[in-house]
Formats: sequence, C-alpha cells, structure tokens
Amino acid sequence: MIGTARKNRIDSLAEKSAKNDSGGVSLLDDAWRRLRVSPVFWVGFVIIVLFLLLALLANLLATQDPAAQLLRGQVSVAKNQLAPAQPGFPWGSDFLGRDLYSRMVLGSRQTLLVGVAATMLGLIGGMILGLLAGAFGGWVDTLVMRVVDVMLSIPSLLLAISIAVLFSRPNQLTVIIAVSVVQVPVFARLLRGQLLAQRNSDHVLAATALGVKRGPIVFRHMLPNSMSPIIVQATIVVATSIIDAAALSFLGLGSQDASAPEWGQMLGEAQSKIEYQPHLAFLPAFAIIIVALGFTLLGESMREALDPKNRR
Amino acid sequence: MLKYAIRRIGQLLVVLAILSLLLFIWLRSLPGGIESSICADRCTAEKRADIRRTLGLDEPVIVQYFKFIGRVFQGNFGISAKVIPGTPALEVFTQRFPATIELAIGAMLFALSLGIPLGYMAAKRKGGVFDNVGVIGTLVGIAVPVFFLAYLLKLVFAVKLGWLPPSGRQDPTLDATRVTGFFVLDGLITREWDAAWDAFKHLILPSIALGTIPLAVIFRITRSSVLDVLDEDYVRTAEAKGLTAQVIRQRHVLRNAMLPVVTVTGLQVGGLLAGAVLTETIFAYPGLGAALAQSFREKDYPVLQVVILAAAATYVLVNLIVDLSYAVIDPRIRTAGSKR
Repeated sequence: MIGTARKNRIDSLAEKSAKNDSGGVSLLDDAWRRLRVSPVFWVGFVIIVLFLLLALLANLLATQDPAAQLLRGQVSVAKNQLAPAQPGFPWGSDFLGRDLYSRMVLGSRQTLLVGVAATMLGLIGGMILGLLAGAFGGWVDTLVMRVVDVMLSIPSLLLAISIAVLFSRPNQLTVIIAVSVVQVPVFARLLRGQLLAQRNSDHVLAATALGVKRGPIVFRHMLPNSMSPIIVQATIVVATSIIDAAALSFLGLGSQDASAPEWGQMLGEAQSKIEYQPHLAFLPAFAIIIVALGFTLLGESMREALDPKNRR
Repeated sequence: MLKYAIRRIGQLLVVLAILSLLLFIWLRSLPGGIESSICADRCTAEKRADIRRTLGLDEPVIVQYFKFIGRVFQGNFGISAKVIPGTPALEVFTQRFPATIELAIGAMLFALSLGIPLGYMAAKRKGGVFDNVGVIGTLVGIAVPVFFLAYLLKLVFAVKLGWLPPSGRQDPTLDATRVTGFFVLDGLITREWDAAWDAFKHLILPSIALGTIPLAVIFRITRSSVLDVLDEDYVRTAEAKGLTAQVIRQRHVLRNAMLPVVTVTGLQVGGLLAGAVLTETIFAYPGLGAALAQSFREKDYPVLQVVILAAAATYVLVNLIVDLSYAVIDPRIRTAGSKR
C-alpha cells in the first residue's frame, strides 16, 4: 500500500517528467518563449482581438437596423444602382436598401458564432470518440475508427452539404451542426493518436504500476498531455468552419434570417451582381479572408512553437 | 505487397458497405421524402401513397435496403427529374464524369507543377524573402473561399479583360466530334486542334480556382518535407562525397521528400470533388459538381445518390491507390504490411 500523499507526489512527478524532457524547461514554457517573438503569432493575435472587439461592440457600432429596407426607394435592381453613402449610412445600401455598414458590423457576430460554435461542437464530438478509441483500445477502437474512416471517406464540404440538406429549413443552427460534424473525425483521429502515443510512455507506465485506475490515468495524465495539438487544430478549424459556412451560404443552404446578417450570406447574395457592384461582395469576402487568416496564423504559429523539432 | 493490397481492399469494402447504409438512411431522412422529388407540392395524399407503393416505400426498411443494394449493383439509380430530365441518373453521371475528371486533372497539374518546385525553392532559401512570401501566400491562399476566388478570376480575366471564356466547356458553335467525353483529348485524337485549344481555354480559369488550395497545401508539405530531408545524415554524406548538386537533389532529397507529397496529393483529390461543386457552379461548367449543386437545390434525389456514392467511392479508391503507391515508393511500408 502506498500512502495518498506519496501517491500524489509520484503522480505529480509523473506529470512533470512527461513534460520535462529537455533542460528543465517545460514544453509549454519553451513554446511560449518562441511564440512571444514570432511576428506571425502577433499578427494573428491582433486580427483576432480586433475581430472579437468588433463582434462584442457590434450593437454599439451599428447605426441602423440591419433588416430594415430604409433606402429601398433609392435602389434600382434593374439598373444595378445602389443608394449612395449618406449621413447614417456611411457605406450606402445593398440591393434591398439595407444599410451596408451596419450589416457588415453585425455580421461579425454571426460569423464568430458560427466559427466558434461549430469548432466547439466538433471538438466535443471528436474528443468523445477519440477518448473512447484511445483509452479503451480493442474492439471499441476498431469500431470507432471505422466510423471515423467512413466520415473521412466523404470529402468534407460534401459531407457538410449532405447534412445541411437534411434540414428542411436552413438556419444558423443547421449550418453550425453541418460544419461541426465534418470536424468530428479530425479531432477524434488526432486525440486517439495522441493517446496511443502515450500509452507506453514512462509517466503512464509509472501511474499504472502504482495502481492508479484507468479513468484517472486517462483524464489526469494522458488527456492534459494531449491537449496542445488539439488546441492548435481547434484554432485552425475556426477558420475552416467560417469558410465552409460561407460556402454553404453560397449554395443557398445557409441562414436565411435577414435580421442576423452573416458575412458568408452577404457574400452569397452579392455574387450575382459582382460585375456591377463589386464592393458588395468584396467587403464580406475580405472580412472572411482576414478573420480566417487571423485564426490560421495564430494556429500555425502555435503549431510551429509547440513542435519539438524546433526546440533547441 | 499482395497481402497488404488485399487487406486494404478489404477495408475499402467495409467502408463502402457502411457508406451505402448511411446513404440509404440519409436518403430516407431528406425533407419531404423521396416522393416529394417526383411530385413536389402538387400531390394529394392519395397520390403520395400511390407513389410510395410503386416505389416500395411501404415495405419494411430492411427489405428496402437490400432492394436498394440490389439496384445499386444493377446500376439502377432511378431517373433524373431535373438535371437532365428523363435520363437515368447513372447516365447523367457517366455524361458528367469526364468533365469533372478533366477539370480535376487540370487543377492538380496546376497545383503540382507550381507547388513542388516552389516548395523546393522555398526550403532551399529557408528564412529568406522568397520563403517568407511563399509561406504567407499559402496561408492567404487557404483563407480565400474557393467560390470567391472563382468569381474574382471570372470577373477579371473573362468579363473585364475578355482573355478567357467565362463559362462552359467548349464553344458550342465549334461542333466538335465527341469520342471519349474528355474534350481536350477528343480534339487531339480527331486532330480538331481548334476544338482542343478551345476546350483547354475553358479549363484554365476553373482549374486555377480549384487548384489554389491544393497548390497551397502541396507547397507547404513539399517545403517542410524537403527541410526535414535536408537535415538528414545521408544528404550530408552525399555532399561530403562530393556529388553534384543535381544528383543530390534528384536522388537523395526529392525522392525522399516526395513521400508525404504523394499522400497529401491523394487527400487533396477528395477536396477537389467538393471544391468542384462551387467552381463548376460559378463557371457553369457541366460536370458532376454542378449536377450535385443543382440536384441539391431542386431535390433531384436519384442524381444526388449516384453522385455522392461515386464521389465517396472515388475518394476511397484514390486513397487506396495512394497507400499502395506509397508501398511501392517506400519499401519499409511494404515489409510492415506483409508481416501481418
């Protein structure tokens, strides 16, 4: 029998030994040291902070009701004319006479919501599957991985489309579900791989030898050590989710709700008139590109920093 | 090698079997049910029940599934209602398939012919201006939605500059002879050079739009894989032996660095099928992607099921080919596989 205090001490030792494999600096500390001087990281970070601020303050920044067709009279669809910029409408109107500026500003909210919610859902689903496969092994692993293989056997956007069409009335939630399901197998594979790689590592063997049960080993030792690649992947997935959601909107499978404008939806609407009023498409498109780029830069710089190959 | 191939083909069959079941469940869960694709909103309840009976939808689900599988093996996927009305769905598929393959080949050629050399050059100049511009360029390339890029290309090069055709596969006034369904190839076989050239021009913009993401991905994987290989002992040995730069590059660096590139290229093919949905819609390119987008919009379920099943089968098959070719390139995988 080992006393609880001693067990805890060895537990924490096991944890530390897993992290400390070079010169007493933990991988995370080391990664942060490299991240701090990475311009890529800071560019991504600033983009995302600005984007979050915009989404948070959107209600204050918007000047008009995004759904109200206030300038309807000044728009001519047949002549491809829009209402010009005027007081209260700094960027003029869209083809339905709605304030473009307010729609752009408020669009950040929906875009953020879709990106983050889809990622979280995909992450949770993927982690449950990955944990089942990686922690239990055996037939559970085989079964889960077959399901994951099948999901991966359908090209991701095609899978998202297939799920989106199942709902007779597309809305923001159906888009989130469709986009998130696509990410489940990715996270599941990643986590399973991480768990498998640790199964025979010293800290897990030590904990097993001490008689720690499988549950605590998985949740307290293996899972925390697997999180960094998952977090990196999640950051990048926010970007792909936003782009995938925009693609769904473009195909007419996105939210049709006019009072909650979304950049992908605005871009989809503007496509048919892109020759005449390119700014209607360019504004949401560039907004999507910049935000997607921000999350990608952040994720990629973290991946680079966490890569053990880059340690000195 | 043979055992490895058989094992992989076995896995493929399992995946396809599960997929067929999922597809079956999926088709029956579509809003409005199968019968709505036939009579839309005009049907009375009686008429609906009648259609359900003729389609066998009132039978037990298990029976329906096995009948469905039976029809699949006979190549009977029903009749297209909207894409090419009145034509068997399988025929819609065989008509459209060459168009998408041609487009996919164009996109992959674009991605590989630029991605590999540029990735190699970036790795050789790691940290330099060229490398940094390349890496940032790929990040931007991945962040641009495919359909926006497609519209942009069409707007600039087809509408404003008029250099390239904005839509379609070939100028219909050319009256070209059809042999294989691959228009560029047809033109070359029949020596109708103008037809081949015209079909080729129609391919350029969609190929670039579709190939941009694979280009970015292939550039990155080539770069990082060349960087890994350049650090290897055998490269240093080769340099120490005084081999010429060209021999080192071809025999030692590129050959080893190509392994991950092959895998990633295979994975990108699946992405191409999905990207084709967007690209083909924008360029009104009559391929599978456009058929898929249209059948989604207009609930042409027979076309939908054949295209989705075929897309998944192609994807799985391409991955199998990639894995097998991997075993050919890398002897280590071959032995690991045959030991089991």
